[in-house]
Amino acid sequence: MTDDDADPGPKPVPAQAGNTRLALVLALAVPAMVALSFAAVPLYQAFCQVTGFGGTTQRGEAASRPVLDRTIKVRFAANTDRAMPWDFQPIQGSQTIRIGANGLAFYEAHNPTGQAITGTATYNVTPFKAGQYFAKVDCFCFTEQTLTAGQRMDMPVSYYIDPAIARDPNLDGVEEITLSYTFFVDERATERLRSQDANDAAD
Amino acid sequence: MANASAADTAATAHDDHPRGLKRYLFSTNHKDIGVMYLWFAVIAGIIGFVMSLLMRIELAEPGVQFLTAFTSGNEDAAYHLYNVLVTGHGLVMIFFMVMPAMIGGFGNFFVPIMIGAPDMAFPRMNNISFWLLPPALILLVLSLFVEGGPGLNGFGGGWTIYPPLSTKLGHPGPSMDLAILALHIAGASSILGAINFITTILNMRAPGMTLHKMPLFAWSVLVTAFLLLLSLPVLAGAITMLLTDRNFGTAFFNPAEGGDPVLFQHLFWFFGHPEVYILILPGFGMISHIISTFARKPIFGYLGMAYAMVAIGFIGFIVWAHHMYTVGLDVDTKAYFLFATMVIAVPTGIKVFSWIATMWGGSIDFKTPMLFAVAFIALFTVGGVTGVVLANAGIDQAMHDTYYVVAHFHYVLSMGAVFAIFAGFYYWVGKMSGRQYPEWAGQVHFWITFVGVNIIFFPQHFLGAAGMPRRYVDYPDAYALWHQVSSWGTYITAIGLVWFLGVCVYTLTRGRRCGDNPWGQGATTLEWTLASPPPFHQFNQLPRIK
Repeated sequence: MTDDDADPGPKPVPAQAGNTRLALVLALAVPAMVALSFAAVPLYQAFCQVTGFGGTTQRGEAASRPVLDRTIKVRFAANTDRAMPWDFQPIQGSQTIRIGANGLAFYEAHNPTGQAITGTATYNVTPFKAGQYFAKVDCFCFTEQTLTAGQRMDMPVSYYIDPAIARDPNLDGVEEITLSYTFFVDERATERLRSQDANDAAD
Repeated sequence: MANASAADTAATAHDDHPRGLKRYLFSTNHKDIGVMYLWFAVIAGIIGFVMSLLMRIELAEPGVQFLTAFTSGNEDAAYHLYNVLVTGHGLVMIFFMVMPAMIGGFGNFFVPIMIGAPDMAFPRMNNISFWLLPPALILLVLSLFVEGGPGLNGFGGGWTIYPPLSTKLGHPGPSMDLAILALHIAGASSILGAINFITTILNMRAPGMTLHKMPLFAWSVLVTAFLLLLSLPVLAGAITMLLTDRNFGTAFFNPAEGGDPVLFQHLFWFFGHPEVYILILPGFGMISHIISTFARKPIFGYLGMAYAMVAIGFIGFIVWAHHMYTVGLDVDTKAYFLFATMVIAVPTGIKVFSWIATMWGGSIDFKTPMLFAVAFIALFTVGGVTGVVLANAGIDQAMHDTYYVVAHFHYVLSMGAVFAIFAGFYYWVGKMSGRQYPEWAGQVHFWITFVGVNIIFFPQHFLGAAGMPRRYVDYPDAYALWHQVSSWGTYITAIGLVWFLGVCVYTLTRGRRCGDNPWGQGATTLEWTLASPPPFHQFNQLPRIK
């Protein structure tokens, strides 16, 4: 099985060049997969925004749209990160609105400390599957918010529930949607604010 | 190894035979590197086992009474130490025991021989692959002894290293950074190894050795190498993000700055699920050879067996979120992952039934490798069945992170993968060392281990079904009985491990000489045509496969 008398000697080992070429092609998979894993960051965000995955809410226009008779109770929740000293709560516990109608709700935030703090809020809705149909026209969470020492502020959110919700059988049982915010200290912005204040004081 | 002096009197400058430290440190010989991988796996396996032994001693009774001995009575430190042991056990066993043993050890030693190649395609790269592992293990072991959790040593966030526990918030100390670097280096080692294996198998097969004639172990390593090549870079990406989040102010996983910790879970499991198939597929290959050898029949459904592994490898990439049913996936997403996960049972079933069909009507010889192989089939199937249970998103809501999951993955790994490694060891130790193990001693090892691991893990199904969560150092008295039983199983297994080390020492020093083919007509692959141990360089003239 192993030899052949006419064979003049050991066969040369299969071309090393072919091995190198194949190995280089295979090695390309490594940067490609690393790149894909980093590309997952924006892709995942885009995916959440498009599909409402994880209760990601949609951006809506103030334009008119059909208003249905079906109502949904929107409940409001407020949380703060443990590093965030603000008092933050919804002014109304819930609102019952008709699907398609414009809703306007307020949260109240108070900075009890002696220093200005900038914060940003993350948000989502539960049940997660409602994220696709919960549209915000305007919200304090779209930008950073700054409260000076001791300042108290009402923060509005204007929203509506997309009438398309009525056509999705997965959401037939949904009578309540909870909109939840969590405020975090935006450390870099707060840092900037402090150094600015210090500069102003120095001037 | 021992008869080297006589063997190479005709050595030329070209294929000289380096000796001593140089032979191993600078080795480019696939067999020597394979042997080093196996020794490395033995050392890592002992470290990983001792960690699990410490955990089980602590868990034998409710309350925290044992680990406090290592923390001068500080209970908080003992809790953290338990978590560190859980994490270390998982990482060491996966990256430094099973992978080096199966892919680096048996893969390196036998794949080139089985396909009729003189060596691996890139012998020096093979050397780098191996020598990257010891520094990685050293980094991981170092991470146990530097600050991790606030004021506490070691990283205790589990092998899955989920943020926020693995960020500065949960573990401000440098321990996590060392562990990340350990994973980076171990990952680089495996990626280089994978490229080497794929090139070797695709380009260096002997004349006539077509892919469809290639032994199943070579097939299994080929599929595994592709899984490694495509999944490990994703882990590398994810832990790089974690590293920059921890040290360089990025916010990939920090919600305060727009990041998302769940993204890490997606990336991790996109690597992690293929990883569990990486751990078991080479075992599938070895078991196929052993069943066929000791039933003295060719493997039933050879092509189906090969392509079942390809199918398992492919589906392994599209089921990752079944580890994440509780993060709030919507019902349609869960339905998809549930279905895709259950589909894996089909190729796996093909393999299990083909092994049984191979044994059917065979002239079966229950030597130690065969005992381990038959036990592998039975116990791996138990783990597979609980896997199908857990694939159900609804049931998993209750079972997620309970001992039921622990029992499930230990049935497929510590009785699947580890039994395959033991089976492979007994099957090939005569070929690798030239000395055969004492059959009775191997069988004693099998029975001690078989009884021990089942006593450890079967009761953990009961604990999990009763709601005992995993990764907890303490538990209510209601769980005491089965925890006690489980710990006794560990003590039995510890006896088995000591016995195994004794068998190793005896075999390598005093085992009787082994002929070319100790297993008779059932052993048909090319390694049995060579001497035991094989010559330092084999196949100077390539074999022709008919």
